[in-house]
Amino acid sequence: MGSTNSTLSKIPNVEELVQETGFTPAHIVRLYDRFEALDKEKTGHLRPQDFGAINRLAINPIGDRIIGAFFSPGQETVDFHSFVRILAHFRPADKKRPKDPSMPEPVNSRTSKLKFAFQLYDQDKDGKISRAELLQVLRSMLEMQVTEEQLESIADRTIQEADLDTDDAISFEEFRKVPPGGALRLTYQHGALTQIRFIIVKNYVRFDNGKQAMKGNRYLKFTLPC
Amino acid sequence: MGLFLDFNPFDNLLCILLGISFTVWFTLLLVFIIVPAIFGVSFGIRQLYMKTLLKIFEWATHRIERGAKDNNHLLYKPYSNAIIAKEPTSLEEEIKEIRRSGSNRDLDHASEFEMSDIFYFCRQGVESIMDDEVTKRFSAEELESWNLLTRSNYNFQHISLRLTVLWGLGVVIRYGFLLPLRVTLAFTGVGLLVVLTSIIGFLPNGRMKNFLSEQVHLMCYRICVRALTAIITYHDSENKPKNGGICVANHTSPIDVIILASDGCYAMVGQIHGGLMGVIQKSMVKACPHIWFERSEVKDRHLVAKRLSDHVEDKTKLPILIFPEGTCINNTSVMMFKKGSFEIGSTVYPVAIKYDPRFGDAFWNSSQFGMVNYLLRMMSSWAIVCSVWYLPPMTREEGEDAVQFANRVKAAIARQGGLVDLLWDGGLKRGKVKDTFKEEQQKLYSKIKLPVIGREV
Repeated sequence: MGSTNSTLSKIPNVEELVQETGFTPAHIVRLYDRFEALDKEKTGHLRPQDFGAINRLAINPIGDRIIGAFFSPGQETVDFHSFVRILAHFRPADKKRPKDPSMPEPVNSRTSKLKFAFQLYDQDKDGKISRAELLQVLRSMLEMQVTEEQLESIADRTIQEADLDTDDAISFEEFRKVPPGGALRLTYQHGALTQIRFIIVKNYVRFDNGKQAMKGNRYLKFTLPC
Repeated sequence: MGLFLDFNPFDNLLCILLGISFTVWFTLLLVFIIVPAIFGVSFGIRQLYMKTLLKIFEWATHRIERGAKDNNHLLYKPYSNAIIAKEPTSLEEEIKEIRRSGSNRDLDHASEFEMSDIFYFCRQGVESIMDDEVTKRFSAEELESWNLLTRSNYNFQHISLRLTVLWGLGVVIRYGFLLPLRVTLAFTGVGLLVVLTSIIGFLPNGRMKNFLSEQVHLMCYRICVRALTAIITYHDSENKPKNGGICVANHTSPIDVIILASDGCYAMVGQIHGGLMGVIQKSMVKACPHIWFERSEVKDRHLVAKRLSDHVEDKTKLPILIFPEGTCINNTSVMMFKKGSFEIGSTVYPVAIKYDPRFGDAFWNSSQFGMVNYLLRMMSSWAIVCSVWYLPPMTREEGEDAVQFANRVKAAIARQGGLVDLLWDGGLKRGKVKDTFKEEQQKLYSKIKLPVIGREV
């Protein structure tokens, strides 16, 4: 224990970070310590290998995609500011925030979180999740456990369900209809309407500010048979 | 000749004073420390010392908090500023929740892969980036209150004059008084051990020899305990390991051996070292059978297992003491136990050791300090306070393999000591994760999805 002022003074532009991300100064200090712990060679930047040293991340099926999300295209290193900005996506969303179209979307809003997840799928960043990209994610999550045909049929079915404008790819608007906000999904099997599914999904990493924390991952599904 | 004219009467006085103080010093040492160690009694001096220290630490912490508030500093409290509010849910549980909230069980068949499944893995991944359980275990535990040692206070700043003075006084006491005392005791203890066990080695094998060797070992370890000012509380002594059993404990530092061995007699297992350690090891084995391996023999697992089981079968020999984690962990968790000692098939007596970090951090970070440096740090801390719990004996059940047995014992130790039970291998301190773990995750995920997928295709 001791004063954090010494650490705070090491970090440039702290106020800007606090404004942008909504983290408290104490959290930023904590993240800075973590950043320094990962930055073993003390270069002030993190490279993909530094993330690779985290064991729990190494066994995560989409670990390398998550690491990739920290690096902008063409960049090989990430500095502390970018590190914190990406992590800020995972702060709990401020539900009471009034929807003001003139203000830029805060980094931890529902939409921003969904965009983050969307980018995990959309590796070539063309704004659509193609069938090939979906297959790649499926392959990482299931790998040896299923055959290629099974993977392809899952991919086909998923696109069929989510793709509303039938361009054989999932755009961000179609993607966001599946998770939060509720979605009405009609499932067709062999040409017949088999069920109507109403799905709400919430997902976030919560920061403990001493307030009561709610459950983190909630899927509510109401299925009406047809 | 001029020198004699400068002869100072004070020099004579100085010599006399030195002589007297040495005598007093040694008498006190003998009466208060060594004699009780021989007989295993205690004056309660250490308990009193501990209580006084605690009061002082409380005061110091209070001062720091007040000082920080006055100067509007932000206090860095690692535990209450936790950045992730975690729920320990597993992949299965989370996806099961989905199923449960579905209204009709039959229609669950249609729920296969969903785009949002990625959220689970995404969250796990980002959580591990922010805070890593494994890496945390290998660095010394972060403290909430300050124990007047700058080594455990990351941002030591001048808060108040009184505090700094107190800290300075602490340094003087620790290095000027406690350290020499402890070093003397340590040398006495080790010296006595070597000499006495060698002498006992000349006796013929029999009950007398065993009895004497036990007494000598206990006495020397007790002196070593006092050399570290270790204040140990033993719980549940009725479960103490008996002959023909294996005693298994969690490992934080080389001191664990001294702590356990000062309360009971064990046969040690280990590699033969050179130097001082080697001398100690060789003389110990003269008095009673310990199991020391040559470096080359350590790799041969069958040989190791055979020697251990031979020892265990002989009921006249002492219980074996083993630390299955294989490396020092920082005493906040228990890591994966290596299965070798659990394959032998005798009764296992688990022991949980938990150090109180308020007085001094006993964790040996072997990549950071060498042995001598570590001992110096130990001897210049205030005290080492720990609790030892003897857990009821366990044996391998029908249909349980060595790994499952090891995990069961590990869970019992973790629960008793209030430590976190981790799946991870202690060897991760040095190496990387195996691919098998990633496959495990994939297998788990597919098991939930596969029955559905199989049916559809």
